[in-house]
Amino acid sequence: MSMQPSGDRETTFIDAISQALWEEMERDQSVFMMGEDIGIYGGAFKATKGFIEHFGPERIIDMPIAEEGFIGMAVGAALMGMRPVVEMQYADFISCGWDQIVNTAAKMHYRTREAVPMVIRGPSGAGLRAGPFHSQSPEGWFAHVPGLKVVVPGTPYDAKGLLKSAIRDNNPVIFFEHKYLYRRLKESIPTSDYTVPIGKADVEREGDDITIITYGAMLQIALEAARRAQDKGISVEVVDLRTIYPLDKETILNSIAKTSRAIMLYEDTRTLGIGAEVSAIIAEEGFEYLDGPIIRISAPDAPVPYSPPLEDYYLPSVDDVVSAIDRLSAY
Amino acid sequence: MQVKSIELGAKELMDVYYYMRLGRAIEDRLNLLYKGGKLPGAIYLGTGQEAIEVGASYALEPGDVIATTHRDMIAQLPRGLTPREVFSQHYGRITSLTRGKGEDNYQGDLKRGMLASVSMLPNFYPVAAGCSLAFKIRKEKRVAMAYCGEGATSVGDWHETLNIASVQNLPVVFIVINNGYAYSTPVFKEMKVANVADRACAYGIPGIVVDGNNVIECYQEAKKAVERAREGGGPTLIEAKTMRIRGHAGHDPATYVAKEIIDLWTKRDPIVRFENYLAERGLLSEETKQNMINRINNEVEDAVQFAESSPYPDGKEAIEDVYAA
Ligand SMILES: Cc1ncc(C[n+]2csc(CCOP(=O)(O)OP(=O)(O)O)c2C)c(N)n1
Repeated sequence: MSMQPSGDRETTFIDAISQALWEEMERDQSVFMMGEDIGIYGGAFKATKGFIEHFGPERIIDMPIAEEGFIGMAVGAALMGMRPVVEMQYADFISCGWDQIVNTAAKMHYRTREAVPMVIRGPSGAGLRAGPFHSQSPEGWFAHVPGLKVVVPGTPYDAKGLLKSAIRDNNPVIFFEHKYLYRRLKESIPTSDYTVPIGKADVEREGDDITIITYGAMLQIALEAARRAQDKGISVEVVDLRTIYPLDKETILNSIAKTSRAIMLYEDTRTLGIGAEVSAIIAEEGFEYLDGPIIRISAPDAPVPYSPPLEDYYLPSVDDVVSAIDRLSAY
Repeated sequence: MQVKSIELGAKELMDVYYYMRLGRAIEDRLNLLYKGGKLPGAIYLGTGQEAIEVGASYALEPGDVIATTHRDMIAQLPRGLTPREVFSQHYGRITSLTRGKGEDNYQGDLKRGMLASVSMLPNFYPVAAGCSLAFKIRKEKRVAMAYCGEGATSVGDWHETLNIASVQNLPVVFIVINNGYAYSTPVFKEMKVANVADRACAYGIPGIVVDGNNVIECYQEAKKAVERAREGGGPTLIEAKTMRIRGHAGHDPATYVAKEIIDLWTKRDPIVRFENYLAERGLLSEETKQNMINRINNEVEDAVQFAESSPYPDGKEAIEDVYAA
């Protein structure tokens, strides 16, 4: 549950991101940002609006289109004691810097015991009719690379607290912000400094009968499905993973020990991904808790299509989750 | 093969004029539809760039291929892209070239020599060079042409492609539209060279600067490069200097560009300039112009209605065609 102490303010998801960046840049002179159009323009989604005026062009650096280049530069700057935060204009463009992330950044500490404290962040996710190249959820690719941490927050509170933790972390952290949430999701969060630990899932809603494990924008789908199930007398627990790697096995298994039924809900493509991993953990370490099959609800193994009926078909819906709940309740 | 001559005849000049005007009319309409909330997705317009968009593309022959970017729908028109296809794509209808899968200008048709590019820049520079590699291997007298903006020339792939194309002496022509900005980033923040074309010397190929608002110059330089490539002379880099006079995309008012600059370049409208050229040669009267505009307006109107009344794809097609048979 998100804490809501006094001194809080209604904050959108994107403003929570901006606050984390701003406060970390104020707190630590070694934090700086690189990205396309992040200066005067304030970023494609305006996450850094007003930053260049305050922090100057030495710390808010507009980059030419050269993801592989400036991600590699972030590694170098991190090795020299800086804490770079790299913005991808869309998370989809992170693949243009793939090699520097998975070979240079991810394997550095393993070989040399030298830390690479850097964050690559960007807007991910579908639902905005943005087509195959501006809608992807690439977290699964990076969760498969040892040496990287992968974070996908689902609430403004977590977005701010986790981004701060990511910036303070001594490892390369891939941080995806679901763009559907940017201006649609709002909650009251502290205006003061706080962090949310990387690697800790959160029980967003408590329940006894079924656990939905999810993250990112799908958290909202899970919560809505849980409310609908409640009307039918089914009590659903919702676990928000928040961090994709390292996974919080303990919270997952504790929840399944209580409910004995698991649904894994995620927007990434289906096969060999996060759902498979969570299912394997439950099957290996929580087998005796289970009363029924582990059900995966995900995007299909296909690119994200543009046309509204195609994208609607593609994305997991509340109805999909409700029918999985019904199916699983029969066990 | 029958190839166009470097001096275009009256009919060809009017073709060029038609494509420029058609491009403008389609984009004006897209802009209105976008502002009116009628399109599900984004728009990237090449308004003011019609001279290079049409001029270079028009230098290709049937059998040649073109690779374009987010902003180059107009360059696909001389290859045979139709207004119905453009609007169907934006509306996400089954009648679009991507059957609703793809968005914006990421559409193509290999039969007409148009590659369906992707958003990642400049991914279709190497792809176009690869097409030309196939032509070279099979000893076909075909040429590939790749378009991109000056912003995309900052990416490593761009340089890799020019280098390989040069070493392999490929029949490919590289067009760079230098329109002053990459999204909000002005050229001086992208590079320190005065001309993108200057980079050609690093790869040992000709680098040429053209006035990107002069369609005849754009055509003629592209034509020379295309025929040199076809005859085994290797690649050429052509930089067209122009200006993006609308925002980066439909949502962007481009407040980061001084109004005087936009005004200046609006006055340099390549279509008006070409109209003067045609009029001076007695090829364009007020009446022929009006007839052309009316014809185009009807085509655009028909295309919008066609798209709006075309069905959406069935939802379950979302998972089809991921693999070839
Ligand atoms: C590799 C990559 N990174 C980021 C983007 C996002 N993006 C789309 S268009 C654009 C600007 C492109 O500028 P330029 O190449 O000059 O072409 P123009 O838009 O001016 O026609 C950017 C940064 C992209 N398409 N590809």
